[in-house]
Amino acid sequence: MNEFVQLWVYLSSTPLFGLTATLVVYLLAQALYVRAGQAAWANPVLWSVVALAAGLTATGTAYPTYFSGAQFIHFLLGPAVVALAWPLWQRRAALRAHGGRFVIAGLVGGTAAAASAVALAWALGLPTEVMLSLAPKSVTAPVAMGVAEKIGGVPALAAVFAVLTGMVGALSGKYLFDALGIGTDAPGWMARGFALGTAAHGIGAARALQVHPDAGAWAALALGLQVVMAAVLIPLVAGWF
Amino acid sequence: MNALRGLTWLLVLQSIGEVLSRGLQLPLPGPVVGLVLLLGALNWAPVRDSVAAVADFLLGHLSLLFVPVGVGVMVHLDLLGRYGLRLAAVVVVSTWIGLAVTALLLRALIPVAPSELPPPNESAGPQ
Repeated sequence: MNEFVQLWVYLSSTPLFGLTATLVVYLLAQALYVRAGQAAWANPVLWSVVALAAGLTATGTAYPTYFSGAQFIHFLLGPAVVALAWPLWQRRAALRAHGGRFVIAGLVGGTAAAASAVALAWALGLPTEVMLSLAPKSVTAPVAMGVAEKIGGVPALAAVFAVLTGMVGALSGKYLFDALGIGTDAPGWMARGFALGTAAHGIGAARALQVHPDAGAWAALALGLQVVMAAVLIPLVAGWF
Repeated sequence: MNALRGLTWLLVLQSIGEVLSRGLQLPLPGPVVGLVLLLGALNWAPVRDSVAAVADFLLGHLSLLFVPVGVGVMVHLDLLGRYGLRLAAVVVVSTWIGLAVTALLLRALIPVAPSELPPPNESAGPQ
């Protein structure tokens, strides 16, 4: 028993542990998601996070210890943001034809998400640093952290809010779109995908990608647009106050 | 080999992006500057072929990349506990507003089927 504890102490302190645990848990969550017929409630990010956080808490493993291994996955968010140029470039013809409309929808939708978050946080009396960390929550986590840092929020909090936002979008998007009467024809998938990429960034886009390839492509387009617009506009607007 | 070359392109452009972002104090984070640079570089076939191989893989597993940050929620449980209900209300309601406004607006702005739009070039985006 004592040997087992020592082995565990050794294993859990190496980067190997965080990296392996993340991949294994995610693949299990992904398998569950497929088994559940890709139901929204079975979202693999949600259950991976819950399982890993519960496992770390139960074994008394500190988050920084876990992150020393998981950072190798986290690091790929940067190149992934750069890679968003690929779906944008592939849809450059549609962008050229309807670019203005996509920009308007992304701009108004992204502004509505950010402004309503800040306004609600203010109305509910949340502290300023929490409010500022909520502003970039519709943008993908690494960019949200950068933006939050620029406007005086807390990067770590911004990342958490971005992940929670992505999960809310991925979990509830389908029901909201159904209630709004957005169909599942081609324009419907475009609107659903683009909205998920705009308001629920990468996690919403990943969900869109799994539900319908067209929705996924429009979500990736929205995500790329949102990243560029939010990174420029949120610090600019925050500077006025 | 192509995927390795593609990953190298992504990292090189991200690095240039970081240098430009910090050096010129641009409002855009480094990876976003890298995205804009890649958008131009993709018109060049050698970059396009190698980046396509790795971009489809990275974006196809995008949700995995959020797990390490997501687990970080456990560090902020006290804050989430203190403001839990209010934070949940803010996050849920503002996300719904963002989704609804975007979807309804785009639906009104582009009422035609995307198939009537010029088709995407090359393969059909991240799968």
